[in-house]
Amino acid sequence: MLALSFMRHAFIASTFIAIVSGFVGVFVVARNLSFLTHTLSEIGFAGGAFAVFIGWPVLNGMILFTMLSSILVGQMSIKESRREAVTSAVSALFIGLGILFLSLSSANASSATNILFGSVVGINLTEVWQLIYLSIIVILVIFAVYRQLKFTSFDAIGARVSGINATLYSVIFLIILALSVSVAAQIVGSLLIFILLTLPAASAKYFTHGVAKMIGLAILFSLLGTWLGLFLGYITNWPVSFFIAVIEVAIYCCALMKQKLSGAE
Amino acid sequence: MSIVTVSNLTVAYGSHRVINNLNFNINQGDFLVVIGENGVGKTTLVRSLLGFIKSQSGDITIDPQTKIGYVPQFRNIDQEYPLSIRDFIALNVRHSYLPWLKKSERQRIDQVIDATNLQDIADRPLGLASGGEKQRAYLAQALLPAPGLLILDESTASLDNEMKYELLDLVTHFQQQGLSVMFITHDWGLAQHYGTRFLRMTEDGYLTGPINELPQPEKEVK
Repeated sequence: MLALSFMRHAFIASTFIAIVSGFVGVFVVARNLSFLTHTLSEIGFAGGAFAVFIGWPVLNGMILFTMLSSILVGQMSIKESRREAVTSAVSALFIGLGILFLSLSSANASSATNILFGSVVGINLTEVWQLIYLSIIVILVIFAVYRQLKFTSFDAIGARVSGINATLYSVIFLIILALSVSVAAQIVGSLLIFILLTLPAASAKYFTHGVAKMIGLAILFSLLGTWLGLFLGYITNWPVSFFIAVIEVAIYCCALMKQKLSGAE
Repeated sequence: MSIVTVSNLTVAYGSHRVINNLNFNINQGDFLVVIGENGVGKTTLVRSLLGFIKSQSGDITIDPQTKIGYVPQFRNIDQEYPLSIRDFIALNVRHSYLPWLKKSERQRIDQVIDATNLQDIADRPLGLASGGEKQRAYLAQALLPAPGLLILDESTASLDNEMKYELLDLVTHFQQQGLSVMFITHDWGLAQHYGTRFLRMTEDGYLTGPINELPQPEKEVK
């Protein structure tokens, strides 16, 4: 299987994506940003469609759109009371835009499917390198602000009273999140971004009680899903995203069950 | 030695004066009880001391060597909160860009965990801890940077009676080692039991002095 260059590219790309997702996902879950992540992925879809329309690589369009909008959407949805309404409004607008760009570009159905559901097997070497660079940037930024990011994510009130500038770290995190959404969309597609950016981290928090261990476990769950998904996709010729979704949901169900059992003791 | 001196402090939100010409000081080793009804500016005073609100006039002088630790009244820690008590306390280790904890930092965390009697449950999730254990964890987190002044904002409000005394006994233990404490409360019994000095805040004015001069409440306040 790894003798084929496109499978090798797929494995390398998905490995980096899984690592980034594990890192970022733990903070997404701690900050309760799952819905914002979903909105960003829809914005990413519009960006991808825009890229197809003007003849750019899809990833560039996604990064452009998610980066420009992440801070705006993040600030708009800071108030929990209106978070859902803002999220719905922004999602609707950007899905509409995405459909418009696709129809204007007279792209065939497969480019829409690729943006929405991912196309990791079709990834070329240049794109692999681009994903690796972006992944390294995301991880380096997280390392640079790790202590403050941890404090503001896991104890926002405590961080604020200790004099940490919460807004600054919120903006930095939104930018990291925008990059990660664009990166992860390459493998699972923008519609299924949840699978890698929230599910593994949401599962990990039921198994361990330290931030570093949670990150490690979330990376492990993401890797398990993507590697096994690629393997199963290869032997069955079914979509890789489908297998990744099933595996991550299964892990999450196990986590919930474990939680329930330990609660019943 | 005075570590905090507040003179002629006035704080207003728009045209509404919340604190009007307040004077008091906190000396090293004091257990200052700040007592008053809701709406008399107790929380505003804390926020001013922490530098979150600008005063309209007057001065707050804090000894430059004195760090302030603050245990806020509300914390959003629910049952599903994932971190262990140890990791929660460790969130307040900063002043370095290393992602991991240095040996000296780990030792300091252990020291604070021992001092707050959390050693047996330090690796359990904070979300599953009892109310009293949670308050001790919040206390430990605030004590981690070795503050000279600890501000407790109604920290006992959600606890049952036995737990209240347990928590404040612990705080008194640190006070006897030189920590100054500013305890904001509604509870006259606790104020008289633990305070060394008081600051009584009312709509009409302020009164401060040694705890044996604390006037009885006009009406019974629970």
